[in-house]
Amino acid sequence: MKVMLLAFLSAAAIAVAADFALDRAGFSAQEVTSGPAVRLD
Amino acid sequence: MSVRGTRALWAAILALGLAATAPLAQTVEGGAEDPRAATGGAQTLEDILARQRGEKIDDSFRRGEIGDPASAAGLAEQLGTLGGVSDPELWRALRYGEAAVTVSTSAPAAGVVIQDGGMRWLKFREGPLLIYGGYGLIAMIAVILLFFLLRGRIRIEGGRSGQTVRRFGAVERFGHWLMAGSFIVLAITGLMILFGRIALIPLFGKEAYAPLASAGKWAHNNLSWAFMVGLALVIVVWIGHNLPNRHDLVWLAKGGGLFSKGVHPPARKFNAGQKIVFWSVVVLGLSISLSGLSLLFPFELPMFAKTFVALNATGLPQLVGLGTLPEVLGPHQEMQLAQAWHAIVAFAFIAIIIAHIYLGSIGMEGAFDAVGSGEVDVQWAKEHHSLWYEEVTGAAPDHPPGAPAE
Repeated sequence: MKVMLLAFLSAAAIAVAADFALDRAGFSAQEVTSGPAVRLD
Repeated sequence: MSVRGTRALWAAILALGLAATAPLAQTVEGGAEDPRAATGGAQTLEDILARQRGEKIDDSFRRGEIGDPASAAGLAEQLGTLGGVSDPELWRALRYGEAAVTVSTSAPAAGVVIQDGGMRWLKFREGPLLIYGGYGLIAMIAVILLFFLLRGRIRIEGGRSGQTVRRFGAVERFGHWLMAGSFIVLAITGLMILFGRIALIPLFGKEAYAPLASAGKWAHNNLSWAFMVGLALVIVVWIGHNLPNRHDLVWLAKGGGLFSKGVHPPARKFNAGQKIVFWSVVVLGLSISLSGLSLLFPFELPMFAKTFVALNATGLPQLVGLGTLPEVLGPHQEMQLAQAWHAIVAFAFIAIIIAHIYLGSIGMEGAFDAVGSGEVDVQWAKEHHSLWYEEVTGAAPDHPPGAPAE
């Protein structure tokens, strides 16, 4: 059962990491769908 | 003149009139070959009604009617400021994607202002997709319930031996649960997004559904990566054990022993039923991952036009009556097809996994241990995977003839 819990935690960790990495790489929806004339933050 | 005389005169005039207009009538009938002669080439009421009924119409007669700036009247002349393009022509150009649209956003396909196919997709998403998909899942649950009522829980017939044998190692179980855990969340959040408007908003209200939908979308988008990693891991560690062999035919012929007590067809590490589940997961998992990636990166990974070209080349769509599939698709059409396909595959996938979860848990005694602790009871192994048990333990073949799948 430990392996099962570890896998669930890993899934959550991968999800958070993916969100962070994609955001940092410029794949956030607001960045992709805006132009240079738009100030996002 | 008597009344009779007056009638005769009118009849004569009418006859003369008809005779005189006969050539004209013929001209009109001849013109009827061009159905839009009466509207001067513009669309007719029939065209409009057919379009509103959602029928496919030949619009080639008007697609190109988008004005001609090159031959525009001079600015000082009458209507010169229109630049050779009337309002209907401008809207037509926008509708058929012919207008030179400039937008400040760098978003892909932002220049598409009007897209006809959007309504077809919306109707499909709100209609057949939800209805058939929803009923399909309900049907699967009903079949499992019926199976449970008729067959009951599949017990270890020889009783638990108290001794165990290692069935799945840590890496195998990790891969299984990484994929399974993320799949369950993906399935629930996917159904939430799909059925939110018709099922959840009436239940919770829009204010309560909004954060739920937002969180569900975040989980769906980001857990997809965990699912893909788990899928890759599972394929690597189990594909070698899932190649078909001669025992599979025997297993299938006996229905895996699922439907009768005391029947245990021999099986190696995976029986034919498990192999069907494995290959379904591989095919559906890869397909749903591809369409999912297409949806995750909107307009960046169009796949359907290329797929249709490859499919048309096989002649299969034409063979099954679908005709030649469109080989040129607009960016929004690609996204709509990706969403529709993603959901169709998801419904099939969820239905199969519901059956798998049932047989791997309450449906069969001792089955969950295989992916829980990794250790299964020796008697369970002998009954359900006799050939595998002999392989890993070197035990002499003393198994009963058969075993169902989990």
